[in-house]
Amino acid sequence: MSPDLVKTIFGRLTWDAIPLHEPILIGTFAMVALGGITVLAALTYFKVWGYLWREWLTSVDHKKIGVMYIILAIIMLLRGFADALMMRAQQAIAFGDAAGYLPPHHYDQVFTAHGVIMIFFVAMPLITGLMNLVVPLQIGARDVAFPFLNNFSFWMTVGGAITVMLSLFVGEFARTGWLAYPPLSGLAYSPDVGVDYYIWSLQIAGVGTTLSGINLIVTIVKMRAPGMSLMKMPVFTWTSLCSNVLIVASFPILTAVLALLSSDRYLGTNFFTNDFGGNPMMYVNLIWIWGHPEVYILVLPAFGVFSEVVSTFSSKRLFGYSSMVYATVVITILSYLVWLHHFFTMGSGASVNSFFGITTMIISIPTGAKIFNWLFTMYRGRIRFEVPMLWTVGFMVTFVIGGMTGVLLAVPPADFVLHNSLFLIAHFHNVIIGGVVFGMFAGIVYWFPKAFGFKLDPFWGKLSFWFWQIGFFFAFMPLYVLGLMGVTRRVSHFEDHSLQIWFVISAFGAVLILFGIISFVMQMVVGFMKREQYADKTGDPWGGRTLEWSTSSPPPAYNFAFTPVIHEIDAWHDMKQRGYVRPTTGFIPIHMPKNTGAGVVLAGISVVFGFAMIWQIWWLAVISFVALVASAIIHTFNFKRDYYIPAEEVVRIEDARTEALRSLA
Amino acid sequence: MSAASHDAHHAHDDHEHGEGGAHGTLKDYVIGFVLAVILTAIPFWLVMADVLPSHQMTAVAVMGLAAIQVIVHMIYFLHMNSRSEGGWTMLALVFTLIVVVITLAGSLWVMHNLDTHMMAPMPHEMREVP
Repeated sequence: MSPDLVKTIFGRLTWDAIPLHEPILIGTFAMVALGGITVLAALTYFKVWGYLWREWLTSVDHKKIGVMYIILAIIMLLRGFADALMMRAQQAIAFGDAAGYLPPHHYDQVFTAHGVIMIFFVAMPLITGLMNLVVPLQIGARDVAFPFLNNFSFWMTVGGAITVMLSLFVGEFARTGWLAYPPLSGLAYSPDVGVDYYIWSLQIAGVGTTLSGINLIVTIVKMRAPGMSLMKMPVFTWTSLCSNVLIVASFPILTAVLALLSSDRYLGTNFFTNDFGGNPMMYVNLIWIWGHPEVYILVLPAFGVFSEVVSTFSSKRLFGYSSMVYATVVITILSYLVWLHHFFTMGSGASVNSFFGITTMIISIPTGAKIFNWLFTMYRGRIRFEVPMLWTVGFMVTFVIGGMTGVLLAVPPADFVLHNSLFLIAHFHNVIIGGVVFGMFAGIVYWFPKAFGFKLDPFWGKLSFWFWQIGFFFAFMPLYVLGLMGVTRRVSHFEDHSLQIWFVISAFGAVLILFGIISFVMQMVVGFMKREQYADKTGDPWGGRTLEWSTSSPPPAYNFAFTPVIHEIDAWHDMKQRGYVRPTTGFIPIHMPKNTGAGVVLAGISVVFGFAMIWQIWWLAVISFVALVASAIIHTFNFKRDYYIPAEEVVRIEDARTEALRSLA
Repeated sequence: MSAASHDAHHAHDDHEHGEGGAHGTLKDYVIGFVLAVILTAIPFWLVMADVLPSHQMTAVAVMGLAAIQVIVHMIYFLHMNSRSEGGWTMLALVFTLIVVVITLAGSLWVMHNLDTHMMAPMPHEMREVP
């Protein structure tokens, strides 16, 4: 075939794109392929494909979608953490004559992939998953406002994750750092496909994130049970609402700025180039207008989890409910006023830097108020140190340290010393691991019995907590020290041997965290094996206070046979106090949305479109785009979107629950 | 709203859905259309007939009319008022405005400040300016 024809058919894709010369990647590929084949074979052997497709992949049930989000996040956590271990190992050995085992161009991809995966495909699916699972139950709804859209959002997120994972084996990933600053990410300095993989994976996943944000806002605003005014909403629902408002307001900025970058790369425009009137700093400015709210998108739901956990395990009403709500709202607004603190050193004058320095420091006030609220909730409470509570206490200790280093970094002159140093790396891992990760783990352990009907194994859970907690301090405290000594981030080789000991300690911490992750998975495995012993028949295993604990574990597809009526903030606690009697008769058919495979199809085509754009296979891009629009239109003609759960079915499910509750009494 | 959301509505028949003034009348649409046409015609005339003394003033006038146009669309075509959806639409608009103003004003301020600090011509460059 003529070279022209080959280029027309395959675009930039050639055999060179398959990294046959990289033993690490070939090994990884072999492992992934082997694992994948094993899973697929097992699924076929046990004949569960039909079940998976009908009950999970096409499901519009918010609980199942929430669970799938969390599974995606845990799988991607393994990938992102593998990257972290590789970096720790490289930095622990690459001193002086020793070059380490990762060549710089590979190391650069590893730290970029680590950041992108951990933020977009671990933290985001974790919070979206938990919000999906819990929010409709907490507000007494039967599903989210737009059930199909929810399924579609999930699959778009998966599509983005698949695109990132593809870059491991076909071509390469960006070597630019997780925000892909130009001019490095421009065509002149990154002519290969790495940045294109970055752009398209984020754009595909971004569609899902934005839509699920809209979905959850509408759900919370429109579908609360009667009597649940805004100031009677559970705190987790409040923080979810604010987090989703932030998503809807800020993700379009990311989409726009990435679109401008792609236009620079694909169409030859000059928004962010050095010459022809472009300005790379505009990219930095715009992406942080999204990027700073993003960190609050992640941490607000975690704050919500801690509020629920603290109040439940202290057997007390949350201290200062309304101040908690106002603090959340204030953080929501303030998070838009601080973005410049990410680039104090860019060259703005004193007026600009001090304005953003002060707004940044102000944000620690509502956050501090929250910490005191949690402490006062615990004060004179009857505290039970179950696993979720351990994560919460661990969070309070760790997060406060991270918050204080954050206030330190908010001082512009200090930032000039610490900018882009390992001190910064230690700071944001301190708040993201100590805040978001601990929060999500607390939430997973707390709500797991609600989702599956049995508790997780507490021994492995506690082990996981202690490994994470101690591993975290071993891994990141040395980075504070190194950062103060002036060591910068993203370096793959050092000359000064005196630094090595700190990197070795840090690597040791990373290994402890590895044990923490293994224990985290083990608590699920052991919990599953002992599920009879850990079974939760009551639906309220922890003595909960909010509505989700009033239904069975796992809840029926329709969540609540009758929509509850709310009188108090802690609705379920209030119902228990007033001697609530569960209705056992008078059930009526329940109208529910129907499953659909359209989400899987649309997201699948989107991945093909993204792949075609990355490799510039134009014919495929055109075909897949047309197919995408066509299948979206075809889906609108699907009128079989709902069905009724017959009254007999509801009676059967509810009678079984009545029987189960009676056998307990 | 899609049929999917419709399901959710049915699942919650006992909900309050305050949808005050959801759909406009024909009269509203006609008023909106006429206003939109007028607000489009004026800038066209301003530019084509070169009415105002300077181009800058024309640009400002066109931008101002565009802003009014946005409001007309929101009121007559998107049926926005302070009561619809129990005030949530208005709240959402206010929030959007805050974010847009912060983003635009902030970016202008930051980039302008940066420009004056970093891009000020050096003395030797000034000498070469004709």
